[in-house]
Formats: sequence, structure tokens, C-alpha cells
Amino acid sequence: MSQKYLIFIGVIVLAVLAGNFVYPDYFNKGADFLNQKFNLSIPHFWTKSFIFGLDLQGGVNLTYQADLNNVTDKSGAMQGLRDVIERRINMFGVTEPVVQIQGQDRLVVELPGVTNVQDAIKMIGETPHLEFLEQRPEAETQQIIDKIKEVQKVQKENGDISKVADWQQALQNPHFKPTELTGKYLSKVNVVFSQTTYKPQIEIIFNKEGEKLFEQITEKNIKKPLAIFLDGGSIIDTSGDGKIDAQDLYAPIVQDKITGGRAVITGDMSTQKANEIARRLNSGALPVKIGSPISQQTVGPTLGAVSLQKSLLAGIYGLLAVVLFMILIYRLPGVLASVALIIYVAITLSLFKFIPVTLSLAGIGGFILSIGMAVDANILIFARMKEEIKQGKGLSLATEEGFKRAWPSIRDSNFNSLIVCAILFIFSTSFIKGFALTLSMGILVSMFSAIFITRILLMVFVGQRLEKFEWLL
Amino acid sequence: MNINFIKYSIVYYILFGIFVIGSILALSIFGLKFGIEFTGGSIMEVNFIDKRPVNDEISKALLNFNLGEIIVQPTGDKGAVLKFKGIDETVHQQILLKLSELSKVDERSFEYIGPSIGQELKQKTMLSMFLALLAITLYIAFAFRKVSRPVSSWKYGITSLIALFHDILIPLGVFAVLGKLYNVEITIPIIAALLTILGFSVHDTIVIFDRIRENILRKGMGQFQETVNWSLNQTLGRSISTVFTTLLVLLSIFFFGGQTLKYFSLALIIGITSGAYSSIFIAGPLLVSWYKRDEKKSMD
Repeated sequence: MSQKYLIFIGVIVLAVLAGNFVYPDYFNKGADFLNQKFNLSIPHFWTKSFIFGLDLQGGVNLTYQADLNNVTDKSGAMQGLRDVIERRINMFGVTEPVVQIQGQDRLVVELPGVTNVQDAIKMIGETPHLEFLEQRPEAETQQIIDKIKEVQKVQKENGDISKVADWQQALQNPHFKPTELTGKYLSKVNVVFSQTTYKPQIEIIFNKEGEKLFEQITEKNIKKPLAIFLDGGSIIDTSGDGKIDAQDLYAPIVQDKITGGRAVITGDMSTQKANEIARRLNSGALPVKIGSPISQQTVGPTLGAVSLQKSLLAGIYGLLAVVLFMILIYRLPGVLASVALIIYVAITLSLFKFIPVTLSLAGIGGFILSIGMAVDANILIFARMKEEIKQGKGLSLATEEGFKRAWPSIRDSNFNSLIVCAILFIFSTSFIKGFALTLSMGILVSMFSAIFITRILLMVFVGQRLEKFEWLL
Repeated sequence: MNINFIKYSIVYYILFGIFVIGSILALSIFGLKFGIEFTGGSIMEVNFIDKRPVNDEISKALLNFNLGEIIVQPTGDKGAVLKFKGIDETVHQQILLKLSELSKVDERSFEYIGPSIGQELKQKTMLSMFLALLAITLYIAFAFRKVSRPVSSWKYGITSLIALFHDILIPLGVFAVLGKLYNVEITIPIIAALLTILGFSVHDTIVIFDRIRENILRKGMGQFQETVNWSLNQTLGRSISTVFTTLLVLLSIFFFGGQTLKYFSLALIIGITSGAYSSIFIAGPLLVSWYKRDEKKSMD
């Protein structure tokens, strides 16, 4: 007897928590009000926002196909490609971009909130830029450092930095200047192991032209460091001070003039680190050609907002209609099923927030559909209950029987829907994946809410007392 | 109340035949119009801020871009959806510029799909349809493995498969007609809807078959026809209620949910309605007819 009330209270607590998690505004306003009035310090509810897909918040989705025809290490090349593009996008300043390898040779780039698609495509499509830089003379270094300080000072005072004479100079690397040698002249980069120390080394092989350039550059820079920059950042600045010098463990210090177009970077590095550097170098050296996107989807922010608003409206109307229908047809049990349905909505939405699930329009569609389907289990159970009552069984026995007999049908039919959802996942299309994910989550939660929660509500509210009010059932 | 469903089996079969043949005819005469996800191409949705130019004006302005066939569909008060062959971003920007020369324009969305993706999607669609049908049939045969008398369990599987074909075929037929009349295309959301119909309408069939299974176990297996009929009567209320609640949310999506989900929900509405028909009027009666035929054979 007391156990069922305990579970009932548990369900109510769960529902209240879920509801506040989904929509904390009321709780927070209430907390603020009480805090002000009685000088309390009730904390705000844990706030977390929904994550919406590109179709709802606006943005660009680009799919590229890499040309892996002449590549032996396909997955390595793809990872290199992804890293480079990820870095470029980060430089572009996009919040929460997604760069994913899809299948064997596809790369999907999602840029929420980006409207300047042309620039984005241009930036992504550029060949990763690998360059070799030599040390600047002291005087030049000092000049640039001074310029940087000057610009920083103006920036601090919120001045217009473009008024500083030769301000572009401050953008240059103070320690190194580019040489003619770039990734264009690289033919291959390997990780090899030293014959004597067994330590990993990075072997760089240049093509014919690169061979000559490299010879000239090394000749000029004996006993000086030679920096290798990929997309504007050094790949081997281990001390992180922006300088590549003797302090950097793997800094390639030119030991001698190198002929034959072959160079080895030695140093105290792990195999993992060596592989990573080689991968980056290879991606600069052997740019996996991606060309222009094979698919592009751009959604403007207006359309996204309108879609979100409309789908929410559809969800609310749908929910209201189902609740009305359930109450009209099943009266008191219908009211309880509606309460369970609303708890279902709160739990599912808070799961979407918590996991988090990226909600696309399709996902919201799947969720709304699941609202309609969620009551099916209740309908099955209530229909059974009515039958049992007709056969002259008492109320609590009828309730018990109703749940028991309806279970195989509920299980079989929901299991079937889950099979279909699993098959929908075969599609790599994000629309269908989003739909299948929310629908299957909905199915699972609805089995819990329709069976467990409704049962508890029925046990608490439909005691012996109600036998007299049979019209309610 | 006990409706004699089985008595009018022949009427249901004729209706079933008309629907199925009608859909097949519509499909073979009109064919399906596939969206750019399957064929490759570009689709652009714009909103003219002041006034929408007439379709011809828009098509004419874009003539020089060599876009192949240009389809212009007005949407809302000032919007338009343009469809043409695949273009790259540079051309896309030039087109936008050209359009804004006609009238100030705000781009809502742009989508470009390359031809290779389309082929792949078609294959995936076929594969997943096939897998879904197979998985569902196997599951039903498995779930009903204990009821081998008087009708063996695989017959439940085959019967529900026939009902499923009906449920998929009818929305496809309707979309063939809609494609002909209103240029409605088969897009990814509609494929998702069709697959969901597979899962959902088999729900109804399972619930009815479950009842038959239970009644056979309870009352023994004599009088198979009466048992099926009785089971149909018992589950009728539930079938109607469930279909109705699902239709309620779907109608709400159809009317209020915006453009993208409109045909998605329409496909589901048609599919779920025909699913209700096939599970009540086809699946059960078909089991009885099959049983009768077998019985007749064994008597001969």
C-alpha cells in the first residue's frame, strides 16, 4: 500500500525535474522572486539548451568527395584532410562546426550560422599549404617584434590599428621568413626508424625541383633551424613559444648542405607524434583532391526560425488533440493517460537536451509522430480493461488483467517499429537518421510512460472508491 | 455487437484489387517524380521582398546561365522555389545577383546535390525497403511460431506481407498522381515516411493476429472463421482509436508544420489509413480464405 504511493511520489518528482529541465524559466523566475522577497539564495535550475540542426538554426552543409585514386593509406589521407579542414574552419571562427569522414572517401562539413558560403567553400577547398621557412636576420626580427608591440598597444586603447604605419608587418612571423620551397615540391613523407637508436624519424622526400631548392636553402642555413609551417602554423614547435629553435625538441636544425632531395628530422619523439607529423606533412604534400562540394545545403536563418516555430506549433496542437480525444473516449483513465503522455513529452525532451540529440526538422517530426503513437499502448490496455469489466471482474482485477493481456501486443508492435528505425539508420542521410533516432527514443520512453506511469496513476487514483462511479471509466 | 467481417470478404478483396491496380496503373502511366536528392541538381528557395516577378520573367533572367530546364514554383505571397541542374557556388552567387536585379531578394535556402549521391541513395532506398519487409515478415513468423494450428505461422507472415505491399503501394500511387498534377516529388522525407508506414501498419496487423492467437489458445482451434471474426470485433475499437490519435498529430503536422514536413505527413496519413484498412479487412479475412482453401483441398 505504501509502496505504490512512494513510486507515485517518485514519478511526480521525475516529472517535475524533467519539466523544469526542459523549460526552466518559470522555476528561475520563481526562485528570483522568492530570493528577492525573503532574501534567500535559491539557485537557478540547471540550464542547458537544445541543440538544433542546420535546417532549424540556419547554416551550410557541404559534402566533399576525395580523390583517393593514387593513395595507398586511404584512411590516413582522409584523417589528414579532416585535420587540415578542421583547422581552417577554426580559423574562420565558426561556432560548433562539424567535420566528419563519411564512408570511405566523403567528408561532411557543417557550418552553423555561416552565411558567406562562397568564402567558406574557397577556404575549405584550398590545397593545404605547406611551406619551409628560414630564420630572419636579427634586425628584421626586432623590427617585426616592435611593430607587433605597437599594434597591440593601439588595440588595447581600442584604436584603429590600420592607422599604424606598415601595420601588416605585425602579421608576419617575427622569427622566420618564407622560402620558395613549399608543399608543392614534396613527394612523400615517411616515418622511419633509426638503425642505431631505433627511435622514430621523419623522412622527407622532395621531387626534382624541390631537391634543387632544398639544396640551396640548406646550404644557406647550415647550423640554423628550418621551420616547417602547415597552413600558417608550425607543425613542430614543441615548446609552443612561436619560435622554432634549439629549444624545440624536434626542431630540424640543418646539419649540413643536403643533396639528393632527402631529409630526415630526428629528435626525441614518440612514434605517435612522428606519425601525426608525417600525416600532416603528407596532407600538405599530397593534397587529397576534393574539388568543389558534391552536395551543398544552405538554409537561411529566417527559414530555420520559421520552420522551428511551425513545427513546435504542430506539436502543441497535435498533443492537445490527442489529450482531448483520450479524455472524451476513455474518461478518467483517459485523463490519467494524458497525464502520462505529458510526462512522456517532458522526459523525452529532457533526454534530447541531456544526451544531447541534435534536433532537426525531421527529428521533431519523428517526435511529434511518437506522441500520437505513444498512447497506443494505453488504448490497448484500456480496451482490455473495459472487456474485463464487462465480463464482471472487479476494478483492480480488471486493471491487472488489462495490463497483463495487452503486454504481448505492445511488445511485438513496438519491437517492429524499432526494427524499422534500425533499418532507417542504414541511410547516411541526416534527415532520416534524425527521424529514426527521435522516433526510436520516443518508442522506448513511451513504453515506460504508457505502461509504468499510467499503471501507477491508475493504482493510486482508481482504488476501490471508484467502483461506484463506473460512468467515469 | 458482433459485426460479421468475414461474410463480406469478397467485397474487401475487390476494393483491395481496385486500389492496388489503380496504384500500379498510376505508377506505370505517370511514374514517380524523384526529387533532386535522387536525380542530382539544384533547388533554391527565395523570397522577394517587394513583389514577386512572374515566372516567365524569372526564367528569362536566368536563360544565360545555361541551367537546363528551369522550374519556377511560386510559394506563399512573395516566395519562389527554383529548380535547375547542378551548379557550383560561383554560379549560385551570380544567379542571386541576377535575381536581385529583378526585385530585391532574400535567399531562404539553397541545395545542390551531385549525381553520384543520387544513385547511391536510390540503391540504399531499395535495400532498406527490402530489408524492412524481410525483417518484419521474419519477425511475425517468429512471434507466431507457437500457433501452428490450424494455420501455420509462416502464413501469418505472408498475409501481413501482402497487407504491407498494399500499404506501400497506395501512397506511391497517390504520389504518382500528385507528381503528375502538382509536381510533387519523392524526396528523402517521403522515403522515411514510407518506411515508417511499414512499421506502423504492421502494428495493427500484429494486434489483430495476437488476438487470434490468444483466442485460439483459449478456446481451442475449432471454428477458425468465428475465432478470426470475433478477434476482429474485439480489436476494432483499439484499431480505430490508435489510427485516429496518430492521424490527429499527423494532420496537425500537415496543416501547421510547414513546407518540409507537409508531404512527409501526407504520405504517412495515406499510408496509415490504408494500413488500417488492410489490417482489418484484408489480413484477417485472407487468413480465413487461405484456411478454407487448404481445408477444401484436404477434403478432396
